[in-house]
Amino acid sequence: MALDLFKERGTRLDQQHLDWQDLSPMPISKLDDDAFTRVRIILMNGIEQQRGRLMHHLAQFHGPLRVPLAQVRRVSHHQQTMVNWLLPPDQTPLETTIAYEQVAIEVTAMIAQAEPDPYHAQMHRFGLLEDFDHLYRFSALLDRTEGKDANNILQSYTDVAPGRPTVIEHRAPVDDVRRPYDRQTADALTKIHNLTLVSGEYQTRDFYMTVGPMSPSMLGRLLYAEIASIEEQHVTQYESLLDPNESPLEKWLMQELTTVYNYASCVKTETNPRIRAIWQRCLDNTLGHLHFAMEVFRQLDKRDPRELVPERLPEAFSYTNNRDYVREVLKDEVHLRAVGQEIVDPARVSESEATERYRALINKSGSPTSSVADGWQWRPGGELTMGPQALMDFSAGRLQ
Amino acid sequence: MTKRKNDSSKLGMNRTGIKASPKNGPRMIEGAEKLTLAYVPEDEEGSYVRMMVRGASMEGTMGSVPPPGPKGMVKTAAKMLGGRDPNLLIDKLGARIAFERTGVRLYDAALVKLAATGSWEDGPDVEGLRHIREEEHAHFLMLCECMESLGGDPTAMTPAANTEAMASEGVVKLLADPRSSLSQALEGLLIAELADRDGWMGLIHLARAMGNDDFVQRFEQAHLEEEEHLRMIRTWMQQRIADASRFELEEQAPPG
Repeated sequence: MALDLFKERGTRLDQQHLDWQDLSPMPISKLDDDAFTRVRIILMNGIEQQRGRLMHHLAQFHGPLRVPLAQVRRVSHHQQTMVNWLLPPDQTPLETTIAYEQVAIEVTAMIAQAEPDPYHAQMHRFGLLEDFDHLYRFSALLDRTEGKDANNILQSYTDVAPGRPTVIEHRAPVDDVRRPYDRQTADALTKIHNLTLVSGEYQTRDFYMTVGPMSPSMLGRLLYAEIASIEEQHVTQYESLLDPNESPLEKWLMQELTTVYNYASCVKTETNPRIRAIWQRCLDNTLGHLHFAMEVFRQLDKRDPRELVPERLPEAFSYTNNRDYVREVLKDEVHLRAVGQEIVDPARVSESEATERYRALINKSGSPTSSVADGWQWRPGGELTMGPQALMDFSAGRLQ
Repeated sequence: MTKRKNDSSKLGMNRTGIKASPKNGPRMIEGAEKLTLAYVPEDEEGSYVRMMVRGASMEGTMGSVPPPGPKGMVKTAAKMLGGRDPNLLIDKLGARIAFERTGVRLYDAALVKLAATGSWEDGPDVEGLRHIREEEHAHFLMLCECMESLGGDPTAMTPAANTEAMASEGVVKLLADPRSSLSQALEGLLIAELADRDGWMGLIHLARAMGNDDFVQRFEQAHLEEEEHLRMIRTWMQQRIADASRFELEEQAPPG
């Protein structure tokens, strides 16, 4: 039974208390916990991060909101801490990167299938195939530099194979800006989906910008630089799908609704009872935030939040394996390209001159994402399981 | 080029020590002494030691050994080990599998450094590094076979594999860093080979205790080869020191 958003009031904001022990719970097990538990943790960190980011920006532009935003933001910050600290310290930045790409693939696939607006669903499928390719490239790096199998993280839920090759994902900025939904007519679920993806992609961009310089190998550093650039393009794409005419309060309200929706999906699907209790606590708190924001909306915007917030929460995310769907999208749409606000078949519509020029310039000294996966195919246990032919040729001639 | 890249003990503008800042260094010390009012917790609960112990006492583990394969395989494993529980052996086999596989990548990285910067007299050469790498690879494949024969999954990351990967993370970083020289890379390879040799010794003891003579024989052969790797690394390092001191003496010698 979906939550009745106007009856379920959650925990009152002034009753929400977390201490340092709450903020640093025992992390999950990298080896034993289900990969989807890690997917949920990473996504919810992204949602809280975006919530904090939005609330900070709104406070800088809208004086009357400064105090209410500060009040909610403090709890949101602590919830983000509690959630993100569930990631275990034995998970290296590169292993975490594999998990981030799994999040991008599985969450985008769930969203693309559930999205009621066909234009938006197409944008999600377009982004999906690009993140799918990133997973393949990072998996090659993990195998070839650390001798580790990405599937130890993926747990066989997500295929590791090329998508739309990253080398051609580089586009001129004008070809990353899409058509926004209309705030007055769009389905609440469309808004929730887009805000979820903005959150996920933004945190991925920021994570790569943080851990990229920590990558020891030159190829690794180049790879993070190249893929972070695509994540920046993805943030641009998903952000451009949001209606820029929403009022600051409308944006805040929709972000709170998105957070409630995502925590409710986590509660519904979580298999680890200890983690489920954390999701439940966050859901109760966030319902409190939603009601607090609705009250501020009534007072400051003089509008009824029912204009925006549906009576009942839409059907939760399923958090199940999307392999067949992803393969189908890959087969049908990997050749598509973006021109302006549209996704096109390049056999009919050529890519823009601006994109072609930009791509030629950015790739002029080669593409690290191509080099890293030179001849690489995922196999259980890594490419070295192939036998002696898997050993790279380091004879002087080959290297020189 | 070769000399410069591998000459990691060269004098330069290192700024990290307190003596590198003759003016600000003493002020740092003065500041700490005058400005620090050390926090003394009100009760033992807040003490550093108590907090650390409380953290370590929390429930939770890094992970477990994966469950065995099909029932038939479990019986085969039990037979191969004289009815003994295979979990410990599977855990340790998983560790060596992961370590040898990463070992191949470490020698890949060393070969890249060698190709880029060259070596020194009687230092590592392509043949020597490739020889070690091929043996690490052969060990990896042999261990995968052993794991399969027990009904275990050679692709699983066991707790011991994870532990060794954590402990050797720094070695992987050192070898991957494009700025580290071949001579600095050898420091990492030495740590890896020392740990690897003892890892094999442990595995031999375990296989012997479980009464699996076939495993003992195969592991002893691998152990012998690992001993040779260690000797080669040590020799190259000694040659590096000899080469560096000779180079310095040559540089300091008066002209003519």
